[in-house]
Amino acid sequence: MEAGALSNPVLRARRNLKDRIGDPLLQGLSGLAAAIAVVVILGIAYEVTQEAWPAISKFGIGFLTTNDWNPVTERYGAAPFIYGTVVTSAIALLFAAPLSIAISIYLTELAPSRVRRPVATLVDMLAAIPSVILGLWGILVLGPFMHDTIEPALKGVLGFLPIFSGDPSAFGYLTAALILTIMTTPIITSVVREVFETVPGDLKEGAYALGATRWEMIRQVVLPYSRAGIVGATILGLGRAIGEAIAVAQVIGGATGINISLFHTGSTMAAQIAAQFQGAPGALQKPSLAYLGLILLVFAVIVNITARLIVQRGTLKDTDVTPTEAEAL
Amino acid sequence: MSGPQDHALLLDRGNLKRRNRLNKLVGVVSTIAALLAVAVLLIVVGSVLSKGIGALSFHFLTTPTGLFGDTSGGISNAIVGTVILVAVAALMAIPVGLLVAIYTTEFAPNRIGHAIRFVLDLLNGVPTIITGIFVYGLMVAGNKQSGYAGSVALAIIMLPIVARTAQEVLTLVPATLKEAAHALGVARWRMTLRITLPTAAGGLLTGALLSVARVAGETAPLILTCAIFRQGVLTDPSEALASIPVFIFQSSESPSPEAHTQAWAAALILIAFVLVLNIVARAFYARSRKRMGA
Repeated sequence: MEAGALSNPVLRARRNLKDRIGDPLLQGLSGLAAAIAVVVILGIAYEVTQEAWPAISKFGIGFLTTNDWNPVTERYGAAPFIYGTVVTSAIALLFAAPLSIAISIYLTELAPSRVRRPVATLVDMLAAIPSVILGLWGILVLGPFMHDTIEPALKGVLGFLPIFSGDPSAFGYLTAALILTIMTTPIITSVVREVFETVPGDLKEGAYALGATRWEMIRQVVLPYSRAGIVGATILGLGRAIGEAIAVAQVIGGATGINISLFHTGSTMAAQIAAQFQGAPGALQKPSLAYLGLILLVFAVIVNITARLIVQRGTLKDTDVTPTEAEAL
Repeated sequence: MSGPQDHALLLDRGNLKRRNRLNKLVGVVSTIAALLAVAVLLIVVGSVLSKGIGALSFHFLTTPTGLFGDTSGGISNAIVGTVILVAVAALMAIPVGLLVAIYTTEFAPNRIGHAIRFVLDLLNGVPTIITGIFVYGLMVAGNKQSGYAGSVALAIIMLPIVARTAQEVLTLVPATLKEAAHALGVARWRMTLRITLPTAAGGLLTGALLSVARVAGETAPLILTCAIFRQGVLTDPSEALASIPVFIFQSSESPSPEAHTQAWAAALILIAFVLVLNIVARAFYARSRKRMGA
């Protein structure tokens, strides 16, 4: 480990001046940089709490369950936004997780080797589209399509369910959930694909030798072997979905109440901050938005730690799984 | 023992027929899923291209945005602003990120290295709107919005991306090269600067390019820190600067179809920049990995 360090003082004294300064200097500078990263994460937690403090001391923990957002009476609660975040993220993952598994099956088991790389790259590119552009597309293309086609069809077939009641609308929970599906699918896919690639070939060949069809091999070898990785990847996707502010703010409509109908407009924690922080009047509105941010931060930290623990405990002991852009390569 | 009954077992009938059918069905479903993802990408990029290309003109690229509601202007101020915001952010985040990676791969004991990796992953998981609140409290509250505030927010988002990619690339540098340097008695700082970093250059460049591509389209933190700006092309980061993502966001919220057309055109510029940067970065990465024999 210490191959480069000279512990012998005589030898150390013989080194030239540059080396005697250079080594500690680089170590000090790089250590300082690492300290900056630690300070930033602590600073974020401290500063957001600080900004939220007036709202925390006024509303306390009851803020979490208060279903009210009223700048006139200065009464604020997080319930509508926690509801919006949970509903949109849950629907997004309900679509994105199976889609990602199917895409990964295609990419690792089915695709001819010539199309494998191009298709994988195109799926990754989907993650590179800036969220504000996805939001713009959501407002002007997906929204009208939802209003004119998808939602009337859902209402026609499943209209007896309360979640599909009410009038179709271009903006709302369902549109936001679909935008989040588009954002999370490539992220989940890139991790699941990598997990699938670590399944040992002899296990697969063993299944084939026993007469399994390809699907039986996948169901009995690939999926059980990758279970932890799939769960971890999905939770990483969840982290992305709950934190997305701009695209959701653009398509969810901004209503500050809880509505059972998925066609109805609503808001999420992140979207509410994006929509109102800049202009927030009132002594308590900005602190209340910061309080929402604090709750979101706690959600995000828990989700990220859980995902990492699950993925690391699972099959990927020696592979780093991080949602950094490097993974997309 | 090969009677006609044995043969019958291998025919596509009964149970085997059902199993084969299920197998085919799964194949079709997963192929459709992959096609769907590619189709969504093509539809989004296609929408941006077809709706944006009409409004794209020399005038649009070289004229600053007009007064609120006036759509006769262009986005020159937003282009200049985005370049400045991202450049200042990159100047802060790339050296620091690289140093963090050097620390964890060259100096830090295992436990501390893992802890820093964990912190970087946490930082990467912080929603960008929260980063916006942080920088707002740090630099904007009691002061005013500024390009510097925007750049600091973008730099915080870049930092974990740069550092994590650099860490991964630095660990790929062949140990034999480093051992050779050690054996020759080369000091650690010389080895890092002359051997480790040049060997990993392609991969490091990839991380830097990807982080730039990522923050060039970042909107949420800028809304809180750098969104109220004067008219005209501004270049001083001590006052708030226009940017392409904020322009797209504000135009997309407008009810006017002309504003929407402008948003599509700006989106076309942004998406072209981001996708080209991604493709270039991938090319560098593939070359660098090949060079290091990974």
